[in-house]
Amino acid sequence: MTRRLDPVFVLAAFLALWQGGSLVVGDTGLASPMAAVARLLVLAARPGFRADVADTAGAFVLSAAISVMGGVVLGCALGLSRLVGRVVEPVLASLYALPKVTLYPVVLLLFGLGGGAKVAFGVMHGLIPIGLVTMNAVLQVRPVHLRAARAMRLTTVQTVFTVVLPSILPDVLGGIRIGVPLALLGVLIGEMFASRRGLGSVAMRAMEVNDGATLLAVAVLLSAAALGINAGLGRLLRGRGPVG
Amino acid sequence: MVPALRFLLVASLVLLLELACRGGWISPTSVIAPSAMLAGMIGVLRSGDATVDLVATIGRVAAAGLISAVGGLVLGLALHAVPRVRAAVEPVLSAWYAIPTIMFYPLLLVLFGVGAGAIVATAVLLAVVAMVASTLAGLDRVPPVLLRTGRVLRLGVVETAWRIRLPSAAPYLVTGLKLVVSYAFIGVIAAEFILSGSGLGYAVANAYNNFDNPAMYGLMLLVVVLVTTVNAGLQAVDRRFGRFRSMPGGRGA
Repeated sequence: MTRRLDPVFVLAAFLALWQGGSLVVGDTGLASPMAAVARLLVLAARPGFRADVADTAGAFVLSAAISVMGGVVLGCALGLSRLVGRVVEPVLASLYALPKVTLYPVVLLLFGLGGGAKVAFGVMHGLIPIGLVTMNAVLQVRPVHLRAARAMRLTTVQTVFTVVLPSILPDVLGGIRIGVPLALLGVLIGEMFASRRGLGSVAMRAMEVNDGATLLAVAVLLSAAALGINAGLGRLLRGRGPVG
Repeated sequence: MVPALRFLLVASLVLLLELACRGGWISPTSVIAPSAMLAGMIGVLRSGDATVDLVATIGRVAAAGLISAVGGLVLGLALHAVPRVRAAVEPVLSAWYAIPTIMFYPLLLVLFGVGAGAIVATAVLLAVVAMVASTLAGLDRVPPVLLRTGRVLRLGVVETAWRIRLPSAAPYLVTGLKLVVSYAFIGVIAAEFILSGSGLGYAVANAYNNFDNPAMYGLMLLVVVLVTTVNAGLQAVDRRFGRFRSMPGGRGA
């Protein structure tokens, strides 16, 4: 019964730690929770800040959508052949583990300094894990099902839509749960480097003037949004039966 | 057969890029040819320009990795000992990677100032949770029969941990360590790239700002080679330990 109150306790403990840390370090270094929330409310009233939020949200939604669609298509295409899957898998896995930040200048050189670069960078982060998970899920589809599809002379596209996708859906949702937050991470890194728009650049500007309250306000806003997205995807996942 | 095909695939992609660059389809102001990247890498290594940054980055990754591994292990052991707290905290652990921890880097810069402290702290924020989760997973899979044997032999808490729990959990701890190192690399290089005065991430950003494409692509190749080599090495170690993991009874030592 008390389990249901656990999140409240965790939140309370977290806030107490934060408040304690703020008392130890001082309000200029680490603003208190109250100060951060108050700053968030002040910022929310500013049209400039709202434009930054909208900028980040737009880039994130776009890169998440491209990551999901591209990742699923890529994963299905690569996973349908066992040989291709086995050849490509370690290559994708090592791309996934790479610190992709180092490659951001390439994205900037290719896409220019506008909004395209950070969307592309978000896609670079989000697409690979979704593709990887999808591909491995396709490789796990029961061969009987695929043989049945062949016996019924389904085309590749029909096989994907009627046999493969329904059976890998839980795994794909799991992959999306990994990839979508990474797309947000990519967008934010893009905004923190050589950018004047979006929440990432708001944070960098706040840092330049030692504005700890704004930094925490942005961090709280983004963490809350990220946790909300994660919880939403988790709920979607739980409604889909067994997870591979 | 499969590794040969994989090599062929990567080689032909590199060759394709080389041809596209040499043929003028891709402007050298955006992407330079792979051979030029290699020349750039050898150039920055020969001139010694990258040595300081290389040493700085490896030192920070080592520091962040060590802090995350030890801290994560201790935290994991503590959480495992108190199931009530663990049940409350576990959702936070699983949701942790949804949070863009890099957003705390500017805050850490304000707290620690520009330097190794903020960079290492950012990397630890990213890496430590992998170790906590791996430690918990490993401790969960300690065979109960061994714990009962330990009780029969009247082992103390410390001795049980040292002789039974740690060896049984070892394969999972190795996996955790592998994740810690790759997250530490990502965290350190990302932080250096965004704002710092040294390190490979900084060197790449600096070369970009100076329009020094040979040096920039050379440094990128250096990072890619370094990280891929380290990750592949850890992956091989992990796979060796992984064999024990699948064994009945979980003999990990």
